[in-house]
Amino acid sequence: MSPRKRRFEFARVPAQVGLGLDERLGAATVLRRTLNKVFPNHWSFLLGEIALYSFIILLLTGTFLALFFDPSMTEVVYDGSYTPLRGEMMSQAYATSLNLSFDVRGGLIMRQMHHWAALLFMASILVHMFRVFFTGAFRKPREMNWVVGVLLFWLGFLEGFAGYSLPDDALSGTGLRIATAIILSIPVVGTWVYTSLFGGEFPGTEILPRLYIVHVFLLPLLILGLITLHLALMVKQKHTQWPGPKATEHNVVGVRMVPGFAVKTTGFFLLIFGLVVLMGGLVQINPMWLFGPYKGEVVSAASQPDWYVMFLDGSTRLMPDWDLTIGPYTIPALFWPTVVLPGVLTMLAIFYPAIDRRIYKDYEAHHLLQRPRDVPARTGLGMMAISFWLVLTISGGNDIVAEKFDISLNAMTWAGRVGLLIVPPIAYWVTYRICLGLQQHDREVLAHGVETGIIKRLPDGRFVEVHQPLSDKPLEYTGTPVPKKMNKLGALGPAIRGFFFPIEKPAPPPAVTPVSPADAPRELEEAPPKQ
Amino acid sequence: MSSEQHGPVADPNFDVDDPRNTRFDLVREGLRRDGMEIAYYEPAFPPGRKSKVEKRIERSIALLFVLAGLLAIGFVVAYIWWPWKYEVGANAAKYYTPILAATLGGSLVLLGFGVIAWAKKLLPHEVVIQDRHEGASPYEEQRLTGAAIMNIVDETGIRRRPILKAALALPAAGLGVAAVAPLVGALIKNPNEGHPLLKTGWHPENNGGRRVRLTRDDGTPIRPEEVSPGGQMTVFPGIPGGATNKWADSPVLLIHLRQEDADRLRASIAESQAKLEAGQKVARPVVDGMWQNFVAYSKICTHAGCPASLYEQQTNRLLCPCHQSQFLITEQAKPVFGPAHRKLPMLPLDVEDGFFVARSDFLEPIGPTYWERPVEISEQEATS
Repeated sequence: MSPRKRRFEFARVPAQVGLGLDERLGAATVLRRTLNKVFPNHWSFLLGEIALYSFIILLLTGTFLALFFDPSMTEVVYDGSYTPLRGEMMSQAYATSLNLSFDVRGGLIMRQMHHWAALLFMASILVHMFRVFFTGAFRKPREMNWVVGVLLFWLGFLEGFAGYSLPDDALSGTGLRIATAIILSIPVVGTWVYTSLFGGEFPGTEILPRLYIVHVFLLPLLILGLITLHLALMVKQKHTQWPGPKATEHNVVGVRMVPGFAVKTTGFFLLIFGLVVLMGGLVQINPMWLFGPYKGEVVSAASQPDWYVMFLDGSTRLMPDWDLTIGPYTIPALFWPTVVLPGVLTMLAIFYPAIDRRIYKDYEAHHLLQRPRDVPARTGLGMMAISFWLVLTISGGNDIVAEKFDISLNAMTWAGRVGLLIVPPIAYWVTYRICLGLQQHDREVLAHGVETGIIKRLPDGRFVEVHQPLSDKPLEYTGTPVPKKMNKLGALGPAIRGFFFPIEKPAPPPAVTPVSPADAPRELEEAPPKQ
Repeated sequence: MSSEQHGPVADPNFDVDDPRNTRFDLVREGLRRDGMEIAYYEPAFPPGRKSKVEKRIERSIALLFVLAGLLAIGFVVAYIWWPWKYEVGANAAKYYTPILAATLGGSLVLLGFGVIAWAKKLLPHEVVIQDRHEGASPYEEQRLTGAAIMNIVDETGIRRRPILKAALALPAAGLGVAAVAPLVGALIKNPNEGHPLLKTGWHPENNGGRRVRLTRDDGTPIRPEEVSPGGQMTVFPGIPGGATNKWADSPVLLIHLRQEDADRLRASIAESQAKLEAGQKVARPVVDGMWQNFVAYSKICTHAGCPASLYEQQTNRLLCPCHQSQFLITEQAKPVFGPAHRKLPMLPLDVEDGFFVARSDFLEPIGPTYWERPVEISEQEATS
């Protein structure tokens, strides 16, 4: 070997740095394996990413807000730029919230981005959970990650509520007032927890500084930790995948993390970030200066919490006034819809993977997803849960529905009470039937072929539709998508691409129409999944 | 097909320095060693001369990037030079936030579209299959790890020396409690000290033992003739800070009933009183709580504590906008619809020197129900 040249060569710098690092870390294998990790491709796998990216936006905007917000409940006289409130007595928390909107350059867009990102965070968690539930992705070995996800939902819920309470405007104070009533409703310890948390009587001067540290440190730390765990488990257990060409229980079919997945997800992050910025500046949210400072006697109609809290607001509105008296003690009716109900719902969600194992007597590990139609009972249960939640959420805004549609408010409440009992079973039954119908249609196509739209008249005068069989052999039902249209079989040329004019020549129409039965199965097997 | 079940096989004789291997061969071999196999690979465009389509895509993506860059610069310019200070009325500053959003958000969205277009149009189309190893470790590994753990347990000697285990339980319990004690100890507050849940700003003790005046939020007292029949007014205890959140439990709605409504309310009170004397189980009415045709109810809803303050003059109902409980003011504000279970407490009224005063504090705890809530507060407790 020749002695090392001292001459500096710019082109060799990356290689030299790489070598130097590997001499010290020995990370070449791990690095290559990480870069090459395979990610399956499907739009529904993006939903969790939305939650992750909105959390990053929350950390960024939240840090900005924390530099200018003071959670103190000391009464001050407002003398900021917003003239209608000048001279009013208000808490320092509300005054600094107003300052963020009016006296900090770019503060308003940051505050609104923070709020929109929080709503997006919760929405994407929920939709992501639906995806995981309906496709059976929570099954063994991923039950732990399902539980982590359920916990993340509730931590996000609490985090959102704490944040909503901080500005100390009339709405957030009202929300906090209701929270005290919920705390008070807990049997035996209610009053102790209440006075301890508030340092005496509501509102006192302690609660906002306490909620602040919970909101900016404690809960974000927990959420961050659980997100890390969530992702680590996903990497260790690898992603689930849809059944399809070449996909088995023993492999992952997709693209390598770098560059395919990484570039796409970077673009996706930029889109989400851009969307939140656009909403933060163009779509007003929580105009707290219109509500005024919190005062015990002030409230207005149409006081709604953020959307993800509305189902509990709804359950509270629908609950009849059934206070339970035990000797000198009382369990308020409020206890059931606000403490017991969310507790039961959480436990049901956490234990659902175990329940599902028992329902289907399936104790095996699964990596291939199920189509919702192939597990009608589970899909029905899921739709039952969603319809239950929807009735509650709509009831959380039943005063607005009543006003907009000119319905009696009391009728809305009763409709909610009755609906809560009868809508979920109906949803279950309808879903179950739809699932069976979809399955049946798949089986029909497998047995008889695709409808061609060609009507033939038989010699005896009957009309029948010509079907294009998929194969000359009988095909097994495998729970994978079945082509339902002739152009899925290549009977038609692909759509012409280009918006204003074709960017490429349209492909010539296929030589034989319709395709011969022998060609179809090969086509199905060998076609790479669409990018 | 069978080779996929067992995963790709790395070539044991692969020579990384063999000049006949292309770089892509090295990539493929690297993948194989990690249990991955390229099943399908196709560059988006063939190497060599760029086709018209390829150039067009390149130009489109470049355009997206340039626009994103211009908008980003636009954001910085707007951030620095666009007037932003809030002023009342229509002015340029009103557009500050929308402009920031349009420029920054637009820039991010365009950049995002560009990057995604890059990924979808210019990166090679590929299908890579990675081996998925079965969940559990091999039996031997389980045995070896299990033995290692049990050995560690034995090495500590905890099983051999139960006395140590027992002795360790004490500091474990002690330190466990010690870990939470400072938090609990510092936070805990006895709800029965000073009875914050039983007393409001209307208690004479807040006014040097004298009866508390009903005041407006600016502290001015109220004469009966200032509220016309059918009218109502939110009033606060006439004590220092009576209208602030320090006394968030004290706001009261003072209502001047029309004659027939007042008669109905008096009848309702009398009826309750009669039932109570007959030994029936009814909530104790506030006898003589009214002053002429005036009545005052706590504004704090007995359900969840929101102000039950939407007054429907025609139906004589008070509605709480939070959960739609409705109270009938001619029936001692008993709940007639919604989740609330108890009536709104009545503040006993009187007039002193021509101004309204509260004869005593409320005769039952205001606000939401709780476990040990007493049904009533004696007049003596409410006055001294």
